[in-house]
Formats: sequence, structure tokens, C-alpha cells
Amino acid sequence: MPANFARWFAGRGWSLRPHQREVLAAARAGRNVLLIAPTGGGKTLAGFLPSLVDLAANPRPGLHTLYVSPLKALAADIARNLSAPVAEMGLAITLDTRTGDTGTEARKRQRTTPPNVLLTTPESLALLVSQPDAGRMFAGLKTVLIDEVHALAGIKRGDQLALCMARLSALAPGHRRIGLSATVAHRAPLLAYVSPDGLPTGATLIEADGGAPPEITMMLPDGRLPWSGHMGLFSAPEIMARVRGAGMTIIFVNTRAQSELMFQALWRLNDATLPIAIHHGSLELVQRKRVEAAMAAGELRAVVATSSLDLGIDWGGVDQVLQIGAPKGVSRLLQRVGRANHRMDEASVAVLVPANRFEVLECEAAILGVAARELDGDPPRPGGLDVLAQHLLGCACTAPFHPDEMFDEVRSASPYADLTRTDFDDVLRFVEDGGYALAGYERYRKLFRDSEGRVHVMSERVARQHRMNIGTIVDAPSLKVRHAGRVSGAIGEIEENFAAQLVAGDTFMFAGRLLRFIRIRETTVEVAEGGTGEPKVPTWIGGRMPMSTNLAARVRTMLHQPETWHLFPEPVREWLALQRSRSRMPGPDDLLVETFPRGDRHYLVAYCFEGRQAHQTLGLLLTRRMERAGFQPLGFVATDYVLAIWSAREATDVATLFEADMMGDDLDAWMAESSMLRRTFRNVAVIAGLIPRQQPGAESKNRRQVTVNSDLIYDVLRRHQPDHVLLRATRLDAAAGLTDVGRIAGMLARIHGRVSHMALSRCSPLAVPVLLEVGRESVRTTGDEDLLLEEAALVAEAMGEAEPPPFKLPVPEPLEKFARRSRTATRAGRGGGMGRRVG
Amino acid sequence: MTPAPIHVAGERLLLDPDGAVVWPAEHLLVVADLHFEKGSSAATKGSLLPPWDTHATLDRLAGLIRRHSPRTVVALGDSFHDRDASGRLTHCDAERLRTITAAVRFVWVLGNHDPLPPQGLGGEAHGQWALGPLRFRHEARGRAAATGVELCGHHHPKAQVVTRGTNVTRPCFVVDPHRVMLPALGAYTGGLDVRAPAIARLFPRGGRAFLLGRDRLFSFTLGQLSEGLITGV
Repeated sequence: MPANFARWFAGRGWSLRPHQREVLAAARAGRNVLLIAPTGGGKTLAGFLPSLVDLAANPRPGLHTLYVSPLKALAADIARNLSAPVAEMGLAITLDTRTGDTGTEARKRQRTTPPNVLLTTPESLALLVSQPDAGRMFAGLKTVLIDEVHALAGIKRGDQLALCMARLSALAPGHRRIGLSATVAHRAPLLAYVSPDGLPTGATLIEADGGAPPEITMMLPDGRLPWSGHMGLFSAPEIMARVRGAGMTIIFVNTRAQSELMFQALWRLNDATLPIAIHHGSLELVQRKRVEAAMAAGELRAVVATSSLDLGIDWGGVDQVLQIGAPKGVSRLLQRVGRANHRMDEASVAVLVPANRFEVLECEAAILGVAARELDGDPPRPGGLDVLAQHLLGCACTAPFHPDEMFDEVRSASPYADLTRTDFDDVLRFVEDGGYALAGYERYRKLFRDSEGRVHVMSERVARQHRMNIGTIVDAPSLKVRHAGRVSGAIGEIEENFAAQLVAGDTFMFAGRLLRFIRIRETTVEVAEGGTGEPKVPTWIGGRMPMSTNLAARVRTMLHQPETWHLFPEPVREWLALQRSRSRMPGPDDLLVETFPRGDRHYLVAYCFEGRQAHQTLGLLLTRRMERAGFQPLGFVATDYVLAIWSAREATDVATLFEADMMGDDLDAWMAESSMLRRTFRNVAVIAGLIPRQQPGAESKNRRQVTVNSDLIYDVLRRHQPDHVLLRATRLDAAAGLTDVGRIAGMLARIHGRVSHMALSRCSPLAVPVLLEVGRESVRTTGDEDLLLEEAALVAEAMGEAEPPPFKLPVPEPLEKFARRSRTATRAGRGGGMGRRVG
Repeated sequence: MTPAPIHVAGERLLLDPDGAVVWPAEHLLVVADLHFEKGSSAATKGSLLPPWDTHATLDRLAGLIRRHSPRTVVALGDSFHDRDASGRLTHCDAERLRTITAAVRFVWVLGNHDPLPPQGLGGEAHGQWALGPLRFRHEARGRAAATGVELCGHHHPKAQVVTRGTNVTRPCFVVDPHRVMLPALGAYTGGLDVRAPAIARLFPRGGRAFLLGRDRLFSFTLGQLSEGLITGV
């Protein structure tokens, strides 16, 4: 390390950490590096050091280092943090950020006289490489630094970045790449991702010390331990006490709806009016920035946050992290825990707050998983064909290319390493003229080929349109929420579906406030401060993530090993013991299925432990089958642990119901109709450039009439060209997103011949939580009072303290076709809960 | 397929769940907003949508004609997505259309998207048309017609029903004693919510929406829809 660097380190009482030294040496040797280090390990500095040292020794104009981060805020923050040492060491290094927020002037300046170090996002980089002068701008590039590789590899933004990096390798051959990542379960794919040839051997792995293991404990609510629910509001008093006892707390929750509810619950208890804030992805950017700035300045005592704070900026003084509700996975928990105390040598302090009994098991499993460093998460899926379509058009906008060379270039990006030539050609044809079997669009083609077979963009108009459409993030149809009559009244966004349910005068919780709904105007929801009455809570699709396979396996193991039960609190031990005496415990390799009558229905409860989404799919398949068998299924509900189906007639021959052949036709039929696939198609169609994004300001009065509905296109395309490349892309995406289908298939194979059916006379203790969900997922016309009554009755019945309600003969209930269809569509489509009322 | 009968102006009409009105006494079929060649229209603007929308719309129209064997078919305007659309029809689609217009009396009511009659496709074109007490227009008149009952399209009505915490959106008919508004039949046509002022003001005294289901209709009053009172169908 040069002397001025050494002096600067010494001046701050720092010394070079081993992994920082290793990165420096590897980069000097011209190797590509993947650095895996826990948060607080000086990872970012390690990544930048080689560039700073090189630029200090050989000052020169022009772009030297490109830093790419998934978060805009991170780019800005890093720029600030980097400016300090550069200024203090007196280095002649220029740096600048380039994100969606960068103004036109700055953009122009960056293209004519690029800074030495440019900090940017995948989307802004894609825009830069699609400019005609990209070759000149990147010619002298020496380093590409990718932050949070683990968060980018395997998602579409990461696909886009990988393709752009392949482009950069062609524009500036021989530059090195440095990837920074948190600890992950699968290293090889990340090494491949960083490597210019797309192979794991192309980059050197450097791993920092793990640091001190985190101290994770569990906190239970005072008094009773809830049977169901995922919000954890019961624990608000204990959470508030922990907040009072610490300097700064991040309270992580699992969904945006939960964050709103938890924030309100805490606020009611906040007698000392401690500064507590809320942070989630649907809040207006300005609001989020304000919260982040207040955190950085140490002005907040607590922030209730969703995954919007999982990544990113070093907040400094976070003393503890609370995780409310199920941790879902070891890797995710570690990421969140790492937000507390960004110093590697001190242990992070985290407290898990389970929201119900099953979550107690899951929390305990997660604590054991963390201790065993048993990371979870699936390996990254292959790159999306829709992203490739967007990229190919972008490449053509820069300069003509030859398909053969482009195919090789694309395959050097690890997400596309296994791309077939057929897929590549089909995607290229789609970009050219739509790729439809029905000829007729030749005159609207976007690309043309010259006599040497090189591909050119048709017109400047096509290029302009493409630049408006860059990016792989597709927002769900959402409406802006703003204060009526205020100039800068924007608060955030809610989904169209939720907004449609609001009636003038309704109150809903959003951004930590109670808002009164006035009306929807165009694409804006107008509200006023201070609603009264029972508030609704907005929910967002895809809100809840399923429990990881590893955690599920741990929970299952713990259940059938009574010797581990001493880890659990008393009520849980009692509950499990009762289950053992009244029914039996789910075994390690079998499937426990209980059936029992209750009220005028028959229930079937399957203890699959495969995660909520998998159970939802399974529920749809099983109800189809039960309908054919004449059991008249009426509905089902899925949790992360259990699936419960109720029917008018008793289900018999249960083992046959779970035969693996249900994965065939029923699954295909369901997949084709499922709203999940339609949503996936919409994303694919937008990313691939089939449907233009809504341009801001281009919304006419008849917006809804003019916009092409992707569902309609999906229906037509599916009927007339079922093998079209965009439908293939949709199915591939869905299959990757639907790891749950794989989980079901695995489970059905595992339990074949091992279904243990318990025909009970009443609800078992283990079934109580899921049966309580039934009450909550159905229509609610009654108040919370009735829910409590229902819960009390159920618990008493399961514990043998009360008799179950008399079983009535089923009244034949012709199911309204329409209603049933809408309901199943809902079940398939909904990720989060519904707009629940709270008392 | 179970059509829903309604009675207006002393006539019995059937609402077909595929989105058409049948007048059995006159052997007449009414459809609205076919928007032929909307796909290729988008293609001229840079969105290469799948080109089968006209084909799909014709399939629907042919199915309706097969089911009801009308002597007269009335298309309530915006049958073509733009002025050049009839020229962009594929040979095969144009032939199918000519076969239909040759087999029945085909009335093209003109709309704002297609103000000029289509050339070489058969049928007769009118700014508006009337038969007995019924008036056939593309766009509804602001005030209820003094005489007769109006059948119109143009707005592509759709309605949303809130049920079990989620909602279901379907194209729909909107009906009051003076007016029957038809949903759009075109394969790529979206819709406008019946609560939108453009539609609501045409039904100042309320009315009834008939949502298209797979093989039957689902009926609600406009009041129920706008107050979100429906919690289960």
C-alpha cells in the first residue's frame, strides 16, 4: 500500500484487514475477484482500494472504475463515503453518481468528460451502454465493481447487469471485475457471475472472517401465546420496552401491511413520544429518504421496516434488530441481523418475536440454523429471455452486430451460459418483427439485416422507444396516494385492487397514518388526514415469502423429536404433548393427514411443511381431485406449515388423494388459467418490449380504454401460438418462481405409501391455528368479538374442555360457478393477506 | 350458455353471456366495438402485438351467429380500430367477414374510430339506425331519447365486484328502461368502469349491470357496485 494510504489508515487508527490486502494483491495481479464478507467487514473499501491506489499512482482523465449497486441510495451513500478519504489523502480522483435521479446537465457532462469513478445502478448502466457513444465512454475502463452480488444474481436486474457486463467486456477488453457479496449458500454461481467467461473458474474467491457470531434470542408476549395470526401485535408492549431500553432499534416485519399495523400498535403505546418511523417500499421516495437521513443522523429511536431496509447503507449506530413474525429462512435472518452493529468484531444483537405457536417452532429452528451456519436459498435461476430481448434491441441501438458474435457474447454472461441457439434466435426474431407464425408484420419490423447478416436498428424512433422502456422492474398496477389540494401531497402508492375496494369516507392505514379516502381521480387516490372508524390496511401482492426448505425440515424434525421440546416455552410443550395424545405427531418422512367433522363441514388437514405458496398450489390441485371424487370441497386455506380443506362430504381413501399423478393434467390446466401466470406474462411482455410502459404524463382521460390489457393478449397468443418465445419465457419464469411446484412434487414422491391418516372426531390441537385462519380468510361481516369467541370455542374443543358443535347433515349447496372461480383465482393470486380490519 | 331476458319498450331482448344482445322477435343480433385490427394498429406505433385479434373477434362473432341464427346483425360502431384498419385485414379474415355480411343483413353503425363505411366488405353503413322502438347508435345521447330505447356501445363498460377481500372485474351490459349499453366484443378491447362519470351520468337514476360470466350473466344494481356492498356473489 502506498505511503499516503498507509498514513491515512494509521491516522484513523485502522489497519488493513487480511481480506482487503488479498483483494489488493489479486487485483494487482489482474485477477477477477469475488469477495464474500459479512456486513461491517469493510467490504466496500476493499473493493475500491485497488482503483484508488491505481488512480493515485497514475492520475489520468477518463472512466476508470464503474461501481454498480442494486440500490440508488447505496450509490449516493458510497459516493459520499468515498469522497472523504479521497479528499483527505489529497487524491486527484473525480467521482460522480449516475442514477435515474441524475439531471440532464450532469448526464451530458458525464458522457463528454466521464469521472474516474462512476457509481450507478443496473438500469442506468443499461441506458449508458445503449448510447451510440458507449464505445468511447467505456474504452479506458479498468474495473467493474459489483456490490451486493448475492442480491442481484438470479433476479432479472442481475440478468440485465450480466448482459451489460458482457457488453463492457467487448467494449473494454481485459478490465477486471470485483464482486462483493454477503455469505451465501451457493458460491459457484456467484463466482461464475463475476467471471468474464461465465464460469466459476474465472474469478478468485476471497473470504473474510465470519466475525463474531450474532446473539439471537426469542421474546414471547406476556400472558398468552397466540394460536394464530402473523402480525405479532400482541407483543407490542414488550417491543416498546425493548425500544425504550436501547439507543436505536430496527423492527423488521414480513409484509408492508404488517409494518403499518405494527407502527400503529407501537404508536399507541408510545407515551414518551419517542421518535419512531416507518419504512417500506410503497412509500414515496422522499419519505423514505427522510427516514433514512434521520436514521443516519441518529435522530430516530426505532424504525419499523420491511425488506426495503434489508440491503444497503451502513447506518452506524443500530443497537439491536427485532424480527417480528417468522424469520422464513436462515440467510434472510442473518442479513437482517447484520443490520445491527456494523462492526465485525462485535456480536450483532437480535431478538425474534414469534407471532404464534408455530412461529415459535420456526424461530427456534432458525436460531439453531444460524448456529449451524446452515444457509438457505435456491441457486440462481437461468437468465430471463425477456431481459435478453430488451438487451438485444439495446445492442442494436448502439451499433450493428452479427448474431453469431452476439450469441457468444451473451453466453459469456453466466445467467445465459446454457442458452441454446434456438432460444437466442427466437428471441432475436421476436425483437425483429414479433416472431409470429402469422406473417404480416414485416413492414413494422424493428430490426433489419444487411447483406453480411449484421443486425441494424430500423430507425431512430425505435431506438428512442427502447430507451424509454429500459429496465426490468415492472410495478404492479398501482395508484398514487396524495393529499387532496396539496401541492406536494404525494405519500406513496397502493395497489389498484385495494383502492377499488375503498368507498368515500373509508379510513385506511398508510405511511403510518390514518387517512380518509375521498375519491380516485385518474391514477391518483385522493385522501385527507385523520380518518375515523375501523381502518382498512392495504395489502400488496407477493407480500409474504414462504419458509425455506431447510427451516421447514428443521421444524419437522423438532416436532417428532420430543427430546428437543425442552427448548420450547411451556405452552408450546403442552400443546405438542396434547397433540401426541389426541392424534399423533407428523413424522420425518411421512405425511400426517387428519380428517374430522366440525359444524356442518368436513375438514382435511395435511401437515406438509412446504411453505404457504406450495400449499396453495397443492390446495388447488387437491380440491379439483376432491370435486371429481364427489366430496364437494368448499374451500381451503394454506399456511406455511399446513393445508386445510373443507368439504360438504367426508373425504375417504385419503392416501389416493395424494397420489403423485395429480401433478400432470390438473397442474397444467391450473397453470394455464392461473393469475400468477398472467401476472408473469405481463412482466415478461413489458420487459421484452411488447407492451410499452405507461409513460408519465401520457395518461389520457381514456387511459383504461386505450391501454392494452396484457390478459387479453395472453389469451389470444396462447390460443394461436402456444410455443411463442414470450410464452416460453413466461413458463420458465413461472417455473422458477414456482419452486413450490418442485417442492410439492418432491413431497408427493417422498410420502408415497406413507400417508398416515387419522380420522378424528374433533379438531386436533395442531390443527387449531389453521382453522383459525379459515375464519379470517372468509368473509367477515362480524366484529373481532366473534372471532375471539370462535377462537375460544376451537381451543376449548381441541383441548377436550368442550364438546364440538353438533355435526349437521350437509345441506347440498350448489356452488355458484362464478363465485368459486373468483375465489380460486384469488387464492392462486394473492400473496399477502387481504385487507383485514383491525379493532 | 344461458342468456338473460330483459324487457324494454315492450320488447323482449336477450343478453348473451358472450356480450351480444338478441332480439328474438326480429331475428336480430347486436354487437358493439369489434375494434378489428387493433393489434396491427399498435404495431404501427411500435408494439408488435400478436396479430390474431381480428381472427379471435371473428370467432366470437361467428359463434354468436351460429347460436342465434339471426337474419340481421347490427355492429354498433368502432368495428374497425382506425380508418385504415379494413385495408390491413388479412385475406383470410376479410373473406370470413364477407361470408358473414353476405349471409345476413349486416348493418355497420359508424363510430368515432371508423367514421367512414368499410369498403368491399359488404353490409350497409349508417350513422345511426332504427327498428321499431329501438335506436341503434355508437355513442349514447346525453339525455335519454324522447322516444324509443337506445342500444349503444362506445364506452366498453366493465364492472368490479368485491368479494372475499378481493375483486373480480368483468365486461358488462348496463341497462335502464331507456338504454342498453353493450360491452366491447373485440379481443383486445379493455374496459371503463361503470362507476366512471362518463358512464354513470348516462344512468342518472341507476340501472343494472350484467357481468359476463363463462356461461351466464351476473346481475347487480349500479348502486350496489358503486357502494361496494357486494361481499359475495
